[in-house]
Amino acid sequence: MSLDGYAFSRPHLLSIGDLNRVDVELLLELGETYCSKGPYDQVLDGKTLINLFFEKSTRTQTSFEISGKRLGADVINMAVENSSVAKGETLLDTAATLNAMRPDLLVVRHGSSGAQALLSQKVSCAVINAGDGAHEHPTQALLDALTLRVALREQGRDLTGLRIAICGDILHSRVARSNVKLLNMMGCDVRLIGPPTLIPADAYQWGVGVYHDMEDGLRECDVIMMLRLQMERMSGAFIPSKREYFHYYGLNREKLAYANEAALVMHPGPMNRGVEISSDVADDPEVSLITRQVEAGVAMRMAILHMLSEREASA
Amino acid sequence: MSALVILGARVMDPESGRDEIADIRVENGVISAIGNVSTDDADVIDAGGLILAPGLIDMRVITGEPGAEHKETLATAGAAAAAGGVTSMVVMPQTEPVIDDMSLLAHLQDTGRKTSPVNVYCAGALTKGLAGEAMTEIGLMGEAGALFFSNGEAPIADSRLMRRLLAYSSAFNTLISHRAVDPYLSDGACAHESDFSSRLGLTGAPAASERIMVQRDAALAELTGGRLLVDLLSSEDGVTALRRAKDRDIDISGSVSINHLALNELDIGAYRTFAKLDPPLREESDRAALINGVNDGTIDVIVSGHDPRGAGEKRLPFDQAAAGAVGLEILLAAGLTLVADEQLDLMAFLRALTANPAGLLGLESGRIAEGAPADLVLINPGTPWVCDADELLSGSKNTPFDGRRLQGKAIVTIVAGKIVFDARGA
Repeated sequence: MSLDGYAFSRPHLLSIGDLNRVDVELLLELGETYCSKGPYDQVLDGKTLINLFFEKSTRTQTSFEISGKRLGADVINMAVENSSVAKGETLLDTAATLNAMRPDLLVVRHGSSGAQALLSQKVSCAVINAGDGAHEHPTQALLDALTLRVALREQGRDLTGLRIAICGDILHSRVARSNVKLLNMMGCDVRLIGPPTLIPADAYQWGVGVYHDMEDGLRECDVIMMLRLQMERMSGAFIPSKREYFHYYGLNREKLAYANEAALVMHPGPMNRGVEISSDVADDPEVSLITRQVEAGVAMRMAILHMLSEREASA
Repeated sequence: MSALVILGARVMDPESGRDEIADIRVENGVISAIGNVSTDDADVIDAGGLILAPGLIDMRVITGEPGAEHKETLATAGAAAAAGGVTSMVVMPQTEPVIDDMSLLAHLQDTGRKTSPVNVYCAGALTKGLAGEAMTEIGLMGEAGALFFSNGEAPIADSRLMRRLLAYSSAFNTLISHRAVDPYLSDGACAHESDFSSRLGLTGAPAASERIMVQRDAALAELTGGRLLVDLLSSEDGVTALRRAKDRDIDISGSVSINHLALNELDIGAYRTFAKLDPPLREESDRAALINGVNDGTIDVIVSGHDPRGAGEKRLPFDQAAAGAVGLEILLAAGLTLVADEQLDLMAFLRALTANPAGLLGLESGRIAEGAPADLVLINPGTPWVCDADELLSGSKNTPFDGRRLQGKAIVTIVAGKIVFDARGA
């Protein structure tokens, strides 16, 4: 794939920060072609994809599995709980072992920020970061951008100049960090909204506006990305209660009305209904892109796998 | 609607700096005119040059309601407040159960309106059950009327939790009042750590305990942008630490109890448990530094530190006795006595009980201005009297001032234009 002679040349997908605007455009363009119904060219025929998830995941792991299979790859899910990792094997030993089996694509989720970057130095295949600690979740940011691109095209708009609010637990969110980087790169005006306990102290240096009040923060926003609030954060350490959190930061009709009239709502899932988002907003097809995000997730990951494997082939 | 006119008072309003003889007219609970006013259709109080000040705002009142009504109710505390010239009191959350949810808050506000002659406000608990672990619904309770949040007498030992409390509350611009005590350094102490207490064989808390916590909290307030009130300063070290924090442009303020302005550790004498306080009474140099702190504005607020205790809790060996003293009826008189001794500046003293707490708490009262609530106190600064604990209106009589000579007291107390205390005939 190339765009005006520029070829995608990244060996791995570890961080949005490793990509430039052209890389992102190439990925989104290819992703958009995979939004159409199959059959698809079996570009990954004969390739091996290993899903290595050190943290539990339903949608991301399934999404990668389906993406790989639709393009003809052999997909193996490593169940970490039953593996030698559970017996105390270090990350790098696991990497060396898997590498010896010569996979082509390694999709990794890990609870420690930077784990995939370390792992990528020790393997000879492409590593795709499916979430590392509170650092990045680049494929989620890309699929969010793809979802928006498709939805906005229907309205005759694009991402440039779009005002987007990311709301909720920014502090622990890798989705937020990847999205801030990607959306800033795409020329969006990004805002973060949440209680001060859930926004990093230095977030104002990320090139975003920081708000602690939904009414202020959502004003004139075109898109609202809600983040999941982890249950263990609700018990008084970061916020007093679910009730108070929903009162001030939960997205319902009333708060949605602070944003632009045709504002769109996104959520990376899984949702806590009644904590960060009310069901009537989440389930409203006029407003919510949440289901379309899951659809776009498969298309976007097909594009990512395709792009990285081509680079692999040309290397 | 009848009006009330006060003629010929020395009107002292710390907010505007006004200090002059003037008349005041009150209509519909609000100050309607200042200067030469009409007496038409009005009840008239001839002040005869006595001081008319905004009614005092006491930010730190412990009552026994709910849970220990035998010690104090909102009704008895309210009567004591009115007699002491206090027109607004903020009830602390250390009740049983603790004021850590909206329903109890609403109930107490309602009870206060019905049973107390003065305005009753509540402070909310900073952590659930004051246990120092989980934060309370600071936002919702604040909306429901909690004026600030406090963890009672128990400091938050966990610095990370304190950081989160200050950070979280900053989104609502909420004031957090926190005791300046290092809980480990002061553990088990019942007196100030000094030559005096060690001769008595009492375990002392060093002044450094206070200084360490002021400095920690100031650093956290700077980090988070939270609003912090250093609750109950007691030492020169503490005042110095607060002064330095204020130089750094941190949103920090400090309070002191009238006990610590008027008394020192020698008042313990031979194990007088009625002078056992928390924080403990410290040295004369500490007391002098606290007085200076009020005079120069470093200390923003004076409180009664009203803490009713039954005789059963007080008549015990010193280390086992409860700390605390009632103060609603002592606050004004003890302060005026310090003014008469030319220690405290009168305007600074009044400011720390009116304009400053009103500003910190966002109250409309605490000032004498047209349109302001007619919460007023008429003060005779010269009346000499001897404090007799048995005559206090408070539900408990524990005061270290029993038998002391005081100079000055409230003559008339007015809340929302209504006379709630009147000692003119007395």
